[in-house]
Amino acid sequence: MTLRRLGIYSAALVISAWVAVPLLLISIAAFTPRDVLYQWPRPLWPEQFTLETMRFFLRFTGVWQSTLNSVFVAVLTIGLAFAIAAPASYALARFRFRGRDSLQLAILATKMFPATVLSIPLAVAFIRWHLYDTLLGVALVHTALSIPFVTVIVTSVFVGISYELEEAAMTLGSSRAQAFLRVTLPMALPGLAAAGIFTFVLSWNEVFAATILTLNHRTLPALIVDSVIGAGAPLHFRFAGGFFMIVPALIIIFLIRRYLLTLWGVTVR
Amino acid sequence: MAEIELRSLRKTYGKVVAINDLSVHIPDGEFLVLLGPSGCGKTTTLRALAGLETLDRGRILIGGRDVTLLAPGKRGIAMVFQSYAVFPHMRVFDNIVFGLRMRGVPPGDQRTRAHEVADLLQIRNLLDRYPAQLSGGQRQRVAVARAIVMRPDVLLMDEPLSNLDALLRLHMRAELKRLHRELRATTVYVTHDQVEALSLGDRIAVMKEGEIIQCATPSVIYDTPANRFVGSFIGSPPMNFLSGTVAGADGSLRVEVAGTVLALPPRAHPAGGTPAQVTIGIRPEHIAVEFSAVPAAVPAQVSVLEPIGSHQLLTAQVGADIVKVTVPPEFAAEPGRAVWLRFDPARVRLMDPATGQAIAVS
Amino acid sequence: MVVAEADLVLDRPRPRVNWTPYVLVLPAFVFLGLFFIYPMVQAIWLAVTDPQSGAFTLSHFRRMSGDLYFRQAIRYTLTITALAVPLQVMLGLAIALLVNTRFRGHSAFLYLTAVPIGISDLAAGLIWLSIFTERGYLNAVLQKLGLIEVPAIFLSVERPDWLLGAVVLTEVWRATAIVMVILLAGLQLIPKDYAETASVFGAGRWQTLRHVILPLLGPSLQTALIIRTILAFQLFATVVILAGRQIPVLAGEAYFWYSLYRSPNVASAYAVLILLFSGSITWLYLRFLRPGEGRA
Repeated sequence: MTLRRLGIYSAALVISAWVAVPLLLISIAAFTPRDVLYQWPRPLWPEQFTLETMRFFLRFTGVWQSTLNSVFVAVLTIGLAFAIAAPASYALARFRFRGRDSLQLAILATKMFPATVLSIPLAVAFIRWHLYDTLLGVALVHTALSIPFVTVIVTSVFVGISYELEEAAMTLGSSRAQAFLRVTLPMALPGLAAAGIFTFVLSWNEVFAATILTLNHRTLPALIVDSVIGAGAPLHFRFAGGFFMIVPALIIIFLIRRYLLTLWGVTVR
Repeated sequence: MAEIELRSLRKTYGKVVAINDLSVHIPDGEFLVLLGPSGCGKTTTLRALAGLETLDRGRILIGGRDVTLLAPGKRGIAMVFQSYAVFPHMRVFDNIVFGLRMRGVPPGDQRTRAHEVADLLQIRNLLDRYPAQLSGGQRQRVAVARAIVMRPDVLLMDEPLSNLDALLRLHMRAELKRLHRELRATTVYVTHDQVEALSLGDRIAVMKEGEIIQCATPSVIYDTPANRFVGSFIGSPPMNFLSGTVAGADGSLRVEVAGTVLALPPRAHPAGGTPAQVTIGIRPEHIAVEFSAVPAAVPAQVSVLEPIGSHQLLTAQVGADIVKVTVPPEFAAEPGRAVWLRFDPARVRLMDPATGQAIAVS
Repeated sequence: MVVAEADLVLDRPRPRVNWTPYVLVLPAFVFLGLFFIYPMVQAIWLAVTDPQSGAFTLSHFRRMSGDLYFRQAIRYTLTITALAVPLQVMLGLAIALLVNTRFRGHSAFLYLTAVPIGISDLAAGLIWLSIFTERGYLNAVLQKLGLIEVPAIFLSVERPDWLLGAVVLTEVWRATAIVMVILLAGLQLIPKDYAETASVFGAGRWQTLRHVILPLLGPSLQTALIIRTILAFQLFATVVILAGRQIPVLAGEAYFWYSLYRSPNVASAYAVLILLFSGSITWLYLRFLRPGEGRA
């Protein structure tokens, strides 16, 4: 029994280190003075930390603007994805109707056509639709990518709230809309917020579509890829960029940690 | 206060018929129980009455007003759900006044009426709590309070006691009976528990496969079930059924069971006359057990004797049939022993073995 | 009984169609059509038509397959998938089973191992670049241990196996978390009774795992495999950061043909190819890894 416990704890420890050490290393690298990064022999732990590397990254042309672009696109994506997916989710959760199963299947099938497949034909179409190199265009593609997830998550949130509660409200004189707004929505808010945050991460992290669909109005990942491929940006820029990219994701994953299982658990079905 | 009229209701889900041409009239103030096994359409009927299901056909009248197409909130009904459906994000008080708020009742009145029903249901001290802090029984009281605070013409209850443990169920059953006596709202109550139905209902409508089989007072349902199904569904243990042969009718009706001829009160002749083969229905408490052969007693053999507290349950074999008899606690008989069963002739119910329909006493 | 006229009005032969759900799903329906069906059709169209004349042509596919990088891209994409996905599933399963033992601190462990879900392929590439680059942490450690004098060059075209290894390692590090969470959610759906029943009948831990838990986990494993394999065909930023074009992959080639060579048609041919790969692999999984009937 104790041997088993020992086994469990050592395995947990090794796996934790496997996940955590790279995160720690990029964080150190992001605050290591530039010349130390290129030194040989290379010290593992710098004698002093500096904000200089991060400052260099943030002052790099376009970084600040593309960060704002990324946030704007992510927020727009959340709005669009919810406006489109939430009503469908409600219908899927609450009504039995003809075509319900096919719709559900279609939404799941969209997971098979990810960014790579969508972006290139859409780039051609966007030029015609005057959406090429616009943040709206990127947000629309991110919306398309997040709709399967948002639909499945929000549907399961609504399914988790007993329909009898809404019916009770209706027998007490509410209209269907009132019953939704006063009973279901308040109870669904935490789950919806988690879905929203998840959508934010999805958009914030998306590289391929953003790279293909923009030229001057880059999101942050697109800008970094561009700087690395096109301009061969220096190492310290890359490390600082990597760190900067993961910070919001870490905070956000921490915020929704309670929902991680439900979020992914339900996307299974 | 209002009477209810259900006229030729029909509801299907695809090919499944949930309610098939169901009509019933419920007088003002009556407590009607819809009783039946699961899937018999009782809940669908209740939900149609509440306006939560749209019907394929038929009309619903409450207090003479056609409400068939009205929204649930406009029918003058209130409903207690099986899961209670107490809003978890609202305090007990807000739950209770929810309907009053929807109706735009002034806040002052809301408060007085909420306190009134809270007192009636003894939940005054719980008004500031959230449902998560309540026990199942307390939540149930909140659900009832939320319904009756509306002073509904019609109170609908969908298996309200099924989620409570046995003791609490007994207690709440008496409470519901008291509430109905005090409020006199026309009540429709759905249950699959025949004891609940017998104890609460002014009348019981026994349902099967979307139709009402028999609708009558509890004593009529118990004593003179309309068919074999009703007899076997009501009573614990249910009615016994034995096959018999009509031996003759001269003044009394003579039926032979397992070689013994019973003299029974005469029956009305249904169209086509009394069949030669009949099914005899007799309740376990209407059978006396003898240890020696007496006239008109059916020979049987003891299989099992089970003590169940206030009395014992004897299972005996009569020919190919099994008969259950309630016997006093001091009764003793080892398995295999021969006994003779004396049926109370006035309590014997005869049924047509082909249709299961009872043959009425003339 | 006299039937009033109103009765006849309500004698509808069929239930009324409720339009509410259709109105609610309409926006999603239109959007899916516009952003999934249309691009898919458009991709196929672009891949098989001449941009000037609009006539049917296979020249884009010929250009794609005649390209120096094409065979490599297919080979590397499949190799990376074949190496990374099984590793992800095995490690993910191990973590999920560990969490499911509910040892003290299992929730902190769960959060930590789930963190990479929030990390993009781009950021993961940059993180592991800081380890594998010439003056990176790996060389620093090796030097501290006295194993090397001068920095070893791991990420170079001369050492394609090292490049490949770095990419696979990064993929395993980043995407195991998703597999883990899917499998953990699946594990938690399995009622404890089954494992307890098995142990009552004398099954050991491993036997219980092999004969009871894993078969019941089938659908979750299938989902994890499908999702991971499809996403492995998407592999782009990680490879670009760690190996540039020294390890060509399908998604990367689509990017280069679009951005560098300005040929949306050949890029579309790549997109169609990825679509075909994703579709057929999903079909294969569904066909040959079908979980038994009536499972959770």
